Amino acid sequence: MNISLNPWIWIAAILTIAIFSFLYKDNPLYKFAEHLLVGVTVGYYINIYWHNAAYPYIIKPLFLEKQFLTLIPFMFAILYFSILIPKYSYFIRYPIGFLLGALNGMAISPEFKEAILVQVKDTILPPFSFSLEFFNSLIIFIGTLCVLIYFFFSLEHKGVLKGFSRIGIIFLMIGFGASFGYTVMARISLLIGRIIFLLKDWLGIIR
Amino acid sequence: MKFLEYLAKIDRRIIYLILAIFIIIPLIKPLNLPIGSSHPVKSLFDFIEKQPEGAVIVLSMDYDASVYPECHPMSRAIARHAFLKNLRLIGLTLNPAGTGLALEVMTEIPKEYNKKYGKDYVFLGFRPDITATILGFGEDIRKIFPYDYFGNKTDTLPIFKDVKNYDQIALVVSISGSALPVSWIYLARGRYGQDIAAGVTAVMAADYYPYLRTGQFVGLLGGMKGAAEYEKLIERRELATSGIDAVSISHILIILFVIIGNIGYIVLLKRRK
Amino acid sequence: MLQKKIPMFICFLMGFLLFFQFYIPTSWSQNFYSTILRWILGISSFAIVLAVASLVRHHTRKIKERKDIPYSITLLVSLVATALIGFIGGIKSGTLFDKIFNYIQIPLQSSMFAILAFYMASAAYRAFRARNIEATLLLLAAFIVMIGVIPIGDLIHPYVPSFAQWILDVPNLAAKRGIAIGVGLGIIATSIKIILGIERNWLGR
Repeated sequence: MNISLNPWIWIAAILTIAIFSFLYKDNPLYKFAEHLLVGVTVGYYINIYWHNAAYPYIIKPLFLEKQFLTLIPFMFAILYFSILIPKYSYFIRYPIGFLLGALNGMAISPEFKEAILVQVKDTILPPFSFSLEFFNSLIIFIGTLCVLIYFFFSLEHKGVLKGFSRIGIIFLMIGFGASFGYTVMARISLLIGRIIFLLKDWLGIIR
Repeated sequence: MKFLEYLAKIDRRIIYLILAIFIIIPLIKPLNLPIGSSHPVKSLFDFIEKQPEGAVIVLSMDYDASVYPECHPMSRAIARHAFLKNLRLIGLTLNPAGTGLALEVMTEIPKEYNKKYGKDYVFLGFRPDITATILGFGEDIRKIFPYDYFGNKTDTLPIFKDVKNYDQIALVVSISGSALPVSWIYLARGRYGQDIAAGVTAVMAADYYPYLRTGQFVGLLGGMKGAAEYEKLIERRELATSGIDAVSISHILIILFVIIGNIGYIVLLKRRK
Repeated sequence: MLQKKIPMFICFLMGFLLFFQFYIPTSWSQNFYSTILRWILGISSFAIVLAVASLVRHHTRKIKERKDIPYSITLLVSLVATALIGFIGGIKSGTLFDKIFNYIQIPLQSSMFAILAFYMASAAYRAFRARNIEATLLLLAAFIVMIGVIPIGDLIHPYVPSFAQWILDVPNLAAKRGIAIGVGLGIIATSIKIILGIERNWLGR
């Protein structure tokens, strides 16, 4: 065992244990750690947003480099502060409207191509052959079609539609099962990361 | 029967303790189980491996500390691989809470390979809007990103003398704990035809197989296992490799929990009938 | 007019212009597009004001109402302290700001999500029941993938990892593709509705 003498490592270890103490029951140490996390995170965000975005894109070009066209985005950005004055808080809709309109307008065409067209193209069956590749393509074709039919709620699922919908559910259950299998690894990995920190960096039990 | 009833009502804190023990033991006494190589990971490795010297990779580290053990080893492994091949790296993040993690990768890893800032690699830092950032790389990078993380003007950095936009970028790798890699596909690939790869948490990995099959992702790293496989391919043992034994043992434990829970459930159900 | 019609008009105008810009490859169109991209990056950086204002307002109200005072003070003090440390000392590697990130934020945030593993283990024991065929199918697929992705799977039988990979590459892919196409159609439909003013939830009350 080679316990760390670095005070920062000790702070990190104590805070880790404070969060883990919630597993036993809710307690003041956990609540303190929780509120500390929120405060530090928001303080961190303020700096990152200022140094990486607000200052280089608006403040510096407008006030130091005298690029006066930047006045337009500056006026929109300033309207975010209207949230602080309840009587004029509706002005916040101006920058939100600008961003929503611009971002959605830019994204529609490329998204349609990549999200829909490319996926549909790959679902179309290749020419018939006695091969594993064709068999897999057939399963993917049937599965995709049945899942889409399952999610089509405008028509009542009866008769033939009910049959296809049932097959869709089977595919969905296999898909969700695969996701769950992976999710177990995800959650365990997060815990392993913290335990490695405690055993290696703090207590020096593992190398 | 009484034993089954006891098992059915066992205190959850005992379950927590059993899980903790089964994770700690393989960490203290590693089993060194062999790590294989799946085709999504190998595809990404081979793609980077075949790049000529000086090719540019954009590494977008779009994650935060909540997925640190899964995503951070991926970023480190990709950065190492790029520098081993003498490729040039542009780093950035679209997640504000991950800026410090991205900074660590772009500060520590290049030192080990004696890489020069501004010539071999650059860190652009955080950008607040996903769509504008991804589309901005398709225009003139120096105009859309006038400064890097350290306040240097991008048009003074040597790397940007011949790198203007996606036309000069070989690959974008998005490491993320959310659906951001799909945004890279929709926008960067949809508008500019850029090759994209992803490193994602295991929670998201199963959802991205449709994009792998169509070639919209050239490769995919999924969770700690994907990171461990990549570390093995670049012959560097780090966090992911250290943890994979514990992942294996705890998977067996979770399966046992589900089986025991279901046996108890079926027996008690029959008893009630 | 000022409250709803003008913001909706701005949304429509920007959506209309940027949608058609995609199909107009002239230099003035490209310059307009580049300018708007830079403006978006600048404007969206101020969105943090909303988060900070809302948080500070909530916790100052809690302090006035004398509810959980020590915790709210902890939050506000740590917020102000971290912000000031960053502004005064800088944000580069090795600064106090960077140390706060590495030794306070990372451990707290990682630990918060690490405890989910315990809840998942508890849920696996108490809640994951094979009550019907669908649930059994889900659990079987999960078991096969869980065994297949770990090295132990290969030790059990060489076909186990291959079968797990086949489940991911074929039936899982089919299900996720169906969902992805549905989600993609939904995103595009919502984008069009927002631009045309049919979807107005973003305006608030």
